[in-house]
Amino acid sequence: MNDFAKWRYALIAVVLILGTIYALPNTFLPQPAVQVSANRGGTLDDALKTKVKEALDHEKLAVKSLEIGKDNLLVEFNDSDAQNKGQAVISKALGDKYNVALNMASTVPGWLRAIGANAMPLGLDLQGGVHFLLEVDQKGALDKMQQRYRDDISSALRDAKIRFESVNSTPNGIVATFKTEADRAAAGNVIAKQVNQPEKLGDQPPLELTDSAATADNFPILAKVRESTALAAARNTTTSNLTTLRNRVNQLGVSEPIIQQQGANRIVVELAGVHDTAEAKKILQATATLEWRAVDENATGSANLGNPGAYEIAKSGNVPPESKLYYMQRPGPDGKPMPIILSKKVIASGNELVNATAIPDPQSGTPAVSVQLNAKGGQRMLEFTQQNVGKRMGVVYIERVPQTQIVDGKEVRTFKQTEEVINAATIQGVFGSRFQTTGLGQKEASDLALLLRAGSLAAPVDVVEERVIGASLGQDNIDKGFKAVIIGLIAVLFAAAIYYRLFGLIADVALVFNLVLLIAVLSLFQATLTMPGIAGIVLTLGMAIDANVLICERIREEQRNGATPLAAIKAGYEKAWATILDANVTHLLAAVALLFFGSGPIKGFGVTLLVGILTSMFTSVTVTHAIVNLVHSGRKLKALSV
Amino acid sequence: MEIFNHDSKIDFLRLRTISLTISAILLLISFGALFTRGLNYALDFTGGVLVEATYHQQPDIDGVRATLESAGYHSPQVVQYVGTNDVAIRLQLGENASGKNETSDDLKKMNEIADNVIAALKAKTPDVTKKSASFVSASVGEELKSDGIVAVIFVIIGIMIYIGIRFEWRFAIAAIASEFHDTIIVLGFYALTGHDFDVAVLASVLAVVGYSINDKVVVFDRVRELFRSARKAEPVEILNKAINSTLSRTIITSLFTGITMIALYLWGGPAVHGFALTMIIGIIIGTLSSIFFASPILYWLGVSKKDLMPVTRDNSELARRP
Repeated sequence: MNDFAKWRYALIAVVLILGTIYALPNTFLPQPAVQVSANRGGTLDDALKTKVKEALDHEKLAVKSLEIGKDNLLVEFNDSDAQNKGQAVISKALGDKYNVALNMASTVPGWLRAIGANAMPLGLDLQGGVHFLLEVDQKGALDKMQQRYRDDISSALRDAKIRFESVNSTPNGIVATFKTEADRAAAGNVIAKQVNQPEKLGDQPPLELTDSAATADNFPILAKVRESTALAAARNTTTSNLTTLRNRVNQLGVSEPIIQQQGANRIVVELAGVHDTAEAKKILQATATLEWRAVDENATGSANLGNPGAYEIAKSGNVPPESKLYYMQRPGPDGKPMPIILSKKVIASGNELVNATAIPDPQSGTPAVSVQLNAKGGQRMLEFTQQNVGKRMGVVYIERVPQTQIVDGKEVRTFKQTEEVINAATIQGVFGSRFQTTGLGQKEASDLALLLRAGSLAAPVDVVEERVIGASLGQDNIDKGFKAVIIGLIAVLFAAAIYYRLFGLIADVALVFNLVLLIAVLSLFQATLTMPGIAGIVLTLGMAIDANVLICERIREEQRNGATPLAAIKAGYEKAWATILDANVTHLLAAVALLFFGSGPIKGFGVTLLVGILTSMFTSVTVTHAIVNLVHSGRKLKALSV
Repeated sequence: MEIFNHDSKIDFLRLRTISLTISAILLLISFGALFTRGLNYALDFTGGVLVEATYHQQPDIDGVRATLESAGYHSPQVVQYVGTNDVAIRLQLGENASGKNETSDDLKKMNEIADNVIAALKAKTPDVTKKSASFVSASVGEELKSDGIVAVIFVIIGIMIYIGIRFEWRFAIAAIASEFHDTIIVLGFYALTGHDFDVAVLASVLAVVGYSINDKVVVFDRVRELFRSARKAEPVEILNKAINSTLSRTIITSLFTGITMIALYLWGGPAVHGFALTMIIGIIIGTLSSIFFASPILYWLGVSKKDLMPVTRDNSELARRP
């Protein structure tokens, strides 16, 4: 008698095969490697390959392989020690034009990767590296915002020729005081019209305006930054910080860095293989700013981007004295950097930028970036645009990375400064503090808005947590974790086989299958494997056997109560199932609670436990039932080996 | 193979006064330890300082640790970076720096501590220089604690609702009481022994809750089944029978899970020591409370046959489902 439908066997076979395939990549150990990618001005060619090879040979460093890929040169080493030395040698030999990053090259065969089967990424505790938790200074951002509105209000009042006593930024908001009730009413109108305009149509205005209690000759207005505005600004600063951090970390030369937002105002940065926290911190805390400058059309002669004039000047180096040569951040269509000549005179700068958002252009509906400057910047923009309609204006993104150098035995703090033009557009009309940059693609528009905001110095970031894990410790953890899993597994396999004999052996098969399936699911989700995750795997192995214990004990009971072997199996599985379900659901609830911890080791453990409970319900019940039926069906049995 | 007499008729309920008294004493000791000594929170929770130092020669890591300990630093963590002569020293800060973000004051204090550490090391080996000093903000730890509270509340409510629906409210109360019992005693162990309480241990305490509830539900399930099938249902008899007939399973599962945790403790390395230790203690406490604590509570709450009879057809359907 076999009450097990054929399709169930088919399902189990399919799951088993898929599970094995998707768990398989984890058996291919990654190779320590160094990845060289070209910056502006660098090219990947055989000459580069030779240069790297020569530099490494000179230091007598053994190389496992040296290959030019699609957009990088990959140098594989035999161990991580050689890898670290190799990185230093190569970056010294190649200089600024290339990014030289530590990398763990995947050795997973192409056909596996093609079907999305990849090894689980390793957490920092397993491969070494640095971990930073950065916090965006929201209070600072709010203070700055209020300060800016204060400036805007006072200049708006001045322009409207309304007499005021004072405009002050206080902890409770901006307080503007007036001598007469009439002045206050007029000021209220001016502020509402000129300063308190929402970013996008339909949004709430950014300030809450209220008339405070007045005395005989003192009529104050309180302008408070709306909570939703402050919140939106905080979110914006965090996302723009996220983007700039990503760009900067790329310079640091780390492959596959983790840069994630955590909560409203925190950013996690994890850099595998990096051990020099000082260098990493410098990059993370670099500051950026913006400058709007006119394009020097006289020098270049034509209104096209990257026109022959600019190329010639870049080649000859004959830059007009009142102008400066820049390059566009995005390379031209030929993949080569595009030069552009800008005037040295700055129209507006980053600290005058209030906000930049990607919006659809109200006229054409195409993607655009809406830019808002403060009163001071707006005034200069107005003056400039009145004279220069039809000409172009560029935005320069300037980044300063603090550096310390030892000069004559003393530490000298310098800045490494990079300047790039992120956008150049033709001025279509006269405008002041609010204008739009149009003619962009969707992605281009959101990138530009992010870069602009990043350059507005909206909020500084603080490092609130910093961890360093040495690579040797990582390898040590991997070895120990692997050993613990194997020993734990073998111990349970033996115990079950001894205690429950044939049924124990069947449970053992299911348990091994459970381990494979658990790893397959975690790999498929690309869950990061950490030490707590490994602990979770070991615990899952120990607890997965519980379902089989329940089933075997039930079968024994049924037999003692006089059931025939096959009836005992049937009743055993049926009765145990209700218990297994209840027990696992409550256990699952406890595992879900672990996911409440935003990130970090607890969450990793929770995910492992959660997936483990689900896979074990399948393997311990369905898989063992299938095998049990397969073994016992069609045979006359006197007793069960349980 | 069978270790346990499948026909055991141990009168566990008769021992309830003794077992509950022992539980009460353990709880009292745990509470006492938690309130007087408190948990020895690790760097994750308290915040602290990381000092990096460079030696000219291969440093002696154990020596560095010993030097710092004799200089009065409490449980310094010392790690060497591979391929270098650099060491990282992590220290916990006292009350002074906790609960605030990085301010100039804290920074100054941090640098002061870092300098003191280096001075202490210099006294032993002169060729050491400070490379950097960093800070782990205590606010991160505060957040962990509040996350932990949210998680515990979620578990309590979730389990109460599920058991309340699938069983009955008395079972839900007994389950939560047992969870509380197990968790407090595990925490009490940490307070008494002064072992470091870090993030991994916090995770394992929650895992103990999961393990323990799993164990209770199996016994409760049998209680429900026996109540429903028995014609004459004396609570003491039913509860005793339920414990006895699940006894073998309760202990075998604990042993099997215990084996894996012992393997993890012995071979998993220092990173998971705390985790494995908590699990081992939690498994022991959880197993004992499944046998000696949860059912007496259920008895005291007055569980009876009529409370467990399926009310609607739907419920009986659910209970019979394979």
